[in-house]
Amino acid sequence: MKFDSLVAFVQMDGQGLYVWAAYGITCLLLAMNLWIPAIRQLRFIRRHKRDAQSAQDRQE
Amino acid sequence: MLLVNSVKQFVTRRLPDALHRLGSPRLFFETSGRWLPWLLALSVGLLLLGAIWALLFAPADYQQGHSVRIMYIHVPAAILAQSGYLMMAVAATVFLVWRIKLADIAMQSAAALGISITFLALVTGAIWGKPTWGTWWVWDARLTSTLVLFFLYIGMIALRAAMAHRAGVGRACAVLALVGLVNLPIIKYSVDWWYTLHQPASFSLSRAPTMPLEMWLPLLVMVLAYYLFFFTAWIMRIRQLILVREKDTDWVRQWLASL
Repeated sequence: MKFDSLVAFVQMDGQGLYVWAAYGITCLLLAMNLWIPAIRQLRFIRRHKRDAQSAQDRQE
Repeated sequence: MLLVNSVKQFVTRRLPDALHRLGSPRLFFETSGRWLPWLLALSVGLLLLGAIWALLFAPADYQQGHSVRIMYIHVPAAILAQSGYLMMAVAATVFLVWRIKLADIAMQSAAALGISITFLALVTGAIWGKPTWGTWWVWDARLTSTLVLFFLYIGMIALRAAMAHRAGVGRACAVLALVGLVNLPIIKYSVDWWYTLHQPASFSLSRAPTMPLEMWLPLLVMVLAYYLFFFTAWIMRIRQLILVREKDTDWVRQWLASL
């Protein structure tokens, strides 16, 4: 490990803000690219289930 | 004569048949569904491994200090921004030549993903530029051509939105993708053709590493992780679009009923 303490790890000799900002935005955007298709697919499935249910209700 | 006939049959019948079978949305959906959990686990796992390695164990640069740790997320993003475009252009070609619907969906999905990855390459580059060059941005050939790449991806999405529900939207997008291909060699050789602030390529699989192994290895892990991530997110988007486009078919109804 290249750091002696947690504080040193966070500060990175004064460059911490740059490093953590870059890693933070990367993490956010990559997560978003998994989240968006996953949530869209989930919504699609839910909407279909509701439609199928109401079609069944009408039949009964 | 027999040989000529069999070659002709292969080109005009067998090859298109095979492509159409492979390009069947249903086959893709079912096959990718089996692979997806593994791809997802592997890509997220490799990303975490690479990030921990890059942040905690890779050495600081003797000139740049710790800001060199941004390299491990900037370089793979820049590589994928260009590779992603190339993959999108391949999908565009397949769609133009054989009219395979799946290729059109793949092209659309790659564009959406490409915007994010190119944005990441630009933003992490700007953040890295501030402590190392003393500026967030310069109108340098490499930076400018990457910005053009970003606009090309946006253009792909904008064109599709503008032509939604109109015939020929897929073909128009495919043509735009192929025209934009000219930008790729410009990005690649910009650091050789012009005197730029951006440094030349430092990561290549075909040349000996120009950096110490303890930096090159985590970078290799990150590049692999980004590729896997790109494929994972790409497949997820393609699957979602397949469901929407094929929602009235029997197999989608059956799949939904089986959930």
